[in-house]
Amino acid sequence: MLTKRIIPCIDVDLDEDGKAAVYTGVNFEDLAYTGDPVEMAKKYNEAGADEFVFLDITASAEGRETMLDTVSAVADEVFIPLTVGGGIRTREDVKETLRAGADKVSVNTGALDRPELITEGAESFGSQCIVISVDARRRFDEEGEHYVAVDGESCWFECTVKGGREGTGVDVVSWASEAEDRGAGELFVNSIDADGTKDGYDIPLTKAVCDTVSTPVIASSGCGGPEDASEVFTEAGADAALAASIFHFDEYSIRAVKEYLDDRGVPVRL
Amino acid sequence: MSTRQAAAEVVVVDYGLGNLRSVTRGLERAGAAVTLSADPADLDSADGVVLPGVGAFSEGMDNAGPFRETLVEAAEAGRPLFGICLGMQMLLTTSEEAEHAGQGDAEGLDLVPGRNVRFRSDLTVPHMGWNELDVTRDHPIVEGVDGEHAYFVHSYYAEPDDPGATVATAEYGDDFAAVVANDRGNVFGTQFHPEKSGETGLRILRNFVDLC
Repeated sequence: MLTKRIIPCIDVDLDEDGKAAVYTGVNFEDLAYTGDPVEMAKKYNEAGADEFVFLDITASAEGRETMLDTVSAVADEVFIPLTVGGGIRTREDVKETLRAGADKVSVNTGALDRPELITEGAESFGSQCIVISVDARRRFDEEGEHYVAVDGESCWFECTVKGGREGTGVDVVSWASEAEDRGAGELFVNSIDADGTKDGYDIPLTKAVCDTVSTPVIASSGCGGPEDASEVFTEAGADAALAASIFHFDEYSIRAVKEYLDDRGVPVRL
Repeated sequence: MSTRQAAAEVVVVDYGLGNLRSVTRGLERAGAAVTLSADPADLDSADGVVLPGVGAFSEGMDNAGPFRETLVEAAEAGRPLFGICLGMQMLLTTSEEAEHAGQGDAEGLDLVPGRNVRFRSDLTVPHMGWNELDVTRDHPIVEGVDGEHAYFVHSYYAEPDDPGATVATAEYGDDFAAVVANDRGNVFGTQFHPEKSGETGLRILRNFVDLC
């Protein structure tokens, strides 16, 4: 039987010396230096992570080369699937990221700007390596297409870009469905509202997407502990749960989270 | 099993599909000296051969065409031949995938007689993620991995003519062949990616290198 996946994620930027380094947001404040990407990847590989996600947050041309070298260094150490995202906008970007050693690429703005990128990527490299990532934000107005009840109010979810600072007007649920039709192999659902809160995943959001698509859904943002992972699997139907700071700062081990899930009958790889 | 001190020389067949970085690193981690080769002549001196693969069956067979004869000869000579994912499916005789694509004449290597069939239509494909291995008979390649999990990404699976060719199964809707081998035991394949299956995968790669 297929297991539910626990996926640590690192945000990688260039440090003062132009070297790749992992940074993690702490309580909405500045990003804190967290470690070396390759060392962290090794640690999670050994700790029983089911996959590993590497997000390039430099979003700069000069950073790109360094990032691809770092992806290769990570790929040499990690014998689990590796997803790489950040700044991927063209078929050529997809190709060079896969060539650097990624098993999957995560595409966000690049696909919203030009949805054909999903089709091209899926046809050239296979659906299994095209992950569509969305940064969703709750909206309580009349402009959406799919509404769910949240705390007694009706809300829809909007795809945002630039870390939630800019809306697009695109309904997340409609977009998820289109991405699947175009050949996306997985959906990576982040929540701007839940990000950094550690209050749990956005369950209505994750459930709305899971109920619409048959493609696997990776829930992200808001994980504060094992009970949040359990909730997103059992209440929302997610296939994988992603977390960053609870693992980076050793609040919980991957094994502790999996044992908690196993005790509650959620199938995991222990 | 070799008694030499030198590392086993493994050739990974590079027929232009997919990323071979992880499989190469995994085999090196398992103790092999690895050569990526696009030249069938390189197979002659190898202690073992890995046939990797992602993508579609007929395209894979087309691209691997120049290797066909050499691969069959290596198998007949008793050398270890290890197919991974699509590479495993290519060990069989044919595939529904080619038939669906109107390429019914695409022939596999026929080293493990049988065909590759698609998962039931009510199941989400590709079958992707970590699934548990149930070892159904002894074979050195699966030594120490019964009940462990491996990482799968595929929409078709092998159905060998001889049920005894199945070495391990996993369950997705029904039980399907996760590992197959020929009668002689020197030709085998895993539907999952050992190079992406953590410690369990590295164990399988070590088992393979030990056979070389």
